[in-house]
Amino acid sequence: MLEYGFMRNALIAVLVITPLFGLLGTMIVNRKMAFFSDALGHSALTGIAVGVVFGISDTNLSMLLFAVLFALLLNYISGKSGASTDTVISVFSSCSIAIGLAILSKGGNFSRYSSLLVGDILSITREEIGYLLVIFVVAAAFFCLCFNWLLASGIHRTLARSRRIPVGLIENLFAVLVAAIVTLSIKWVGILIINALLILPAAAGRNLSENMREYHFFSILFSMFSGVTGLFVSYYTNVATGPTIVIFASILYFATYLYGQRELTGRP
Amino acid sequence: MRKIIQPCGLHCIKVNHLGVRFGEQVILEDVNLHIHCGSINAVIGKNGAGKSTLIRAILDDIPHEGKIEFKDRENGRLRKLKVGYVPQSINIEKNTPLSVYDLIAAYQFRFPVFLRKSRKAEAEIKKALEVFEAQDLIDRQVCNLSGGQLQRVLLAMAVMDEPNLLLLDEPVSGVDQNGMELFYRTIVYLKKHFDLAIILISHDLDYVENYADKVILLDKTVLKEGSAKEVYASGEFQEIFGVEELPGYVTMK
Repeated sequence: MLEYGFMRNALIAVLVITPLFGLLGTMIVNRKMAFFSDALGHSALTGIAVGVVFGISDTNLSMLLFAVLFALLLNYISGKSGASTDTVISVFSSCSIAIGLAILSKGGNFSRYSSLLVGDILSITREEIGYLLVIFVVAAAFFCLCFNWLLASGIHRTLARSRRIPVGLIENLFAVLVAAIVTLSIKWVGILIINALLILPAAAGRNLSENMREYHFFSILFSMFSGVTGLFVSYYTNVATGPTIVIFASILYFATYLYGQRELTGRP
Repeated sequence: MRKIIQPCGLHCIKVNHLGVRFGEQVILEDVNLHIHCGSINAVIGKNGAGKSTLIRAILDDIPHEGKIEFKDRENGRLRKLKVGYVPQSINIEKNTPLSVYDLIAAYQFRFPVFLRKSRKAEAEIKKALEVFEAQDLIDRQVCNLSGGQLQRVLLAMAVMDEPNLLLLDEPVSGVDQNGMELFYRTIVYLKKHFDLAIILISHDLDYVENYADKVILLDKTVLKEGSAKEVYASGEFQEIFGVEELPGYVTMK
């Protein structure tokens, strides 16, 4: 199967995206941002719609700009407002989806965009893999430089501030990073399942780990394993790739959950 | 870590005209404090008196009026104040894969904890934990620690930064009677062996009487300060902590 150029590209893309998702997922789960990243994924539709309205031909660019602004706005509002964060996110997310759907469905043209819902990794080009590589390097650098600060500000904001950690800046940078990665990979993974790929490997890793090193190792391992297995299995069964990957990630989650429970209760 | 030294008694921290307001609401106004190194200063007051806000203002975590000065008493030179902080509890859920090493290294070192353990960091953290006899906890998961153990870990972390001023929020949950006794004895140990001043938010008037050098009664502003005896005997104290009129069904025989 690897004699096909599109399969080779898809495999490379999976090998770039999945470790990235595994890495980012750990902090999204730790900081209870699952709903936040979900809303970002949905905002991609609005990003495209805004691009259509303003005549921006590069949908990647309009999606990216919109998602970054959306992420910063969500961060700002949930920091200010008295309402709980998930309510605020829900309000903004529903509002932005509605606007996106309204614009894109005008004139009955929505079916053109429906491939975004499930994604199609087999159509990725070399150039687009290049974009993903760039964001991969940026994310890895961010994690190496700022991971401790990000972790610390998630544990206790005031304590982190007392150590002169720039909590607000770090949180905004992380939100922008998540926005960039979600929007740049949404065409290949699909709006409906992108969040599963961020959350499931990390959640599965959590079931097995006692410290941050084990957590990240398992999360990245599970993410890459379900990515590669999902790609191959989807090729032979002729099923969309994204959902197949998510199915493998879910199986890993439930298996590790059961294993973790056994460890806890001490049964052999 | 640092050498364990006797407090010099020559530094002091002055809080001048500190005020905090959220919109129209005044939380604190014109708070003036004078804190010496080597002393335990307990802040007492009812719920909502602004105790936690005072701590957050001193930490510069919220916008506030007024100034906080750190002075050398000998030559009156101003110096940069380093504040250590021990929160009441931290935001850790069950099953969080975070070890004591991860927790302390995240705040204290730059080497990313998810990559691998840094030998140097591990040695320093162990040394800091030893002061509080908590070195065996280094690889334990933070969410599985008891309230008292977590408190000692947080203290070790606060002291590692070599602060001039230590702000403590007394634990209220998850610590039993013995744990509280241990907590206060640990604070006294800190006072004697480190060169720092301690401000303690406290909810237990008996412990305060036994261990604090100075008591500060707070309700929006400093109502009364002095030794525990002086403050407890004052009219302001009676007004705030005095026996309230009990509802009838409680006093009925």
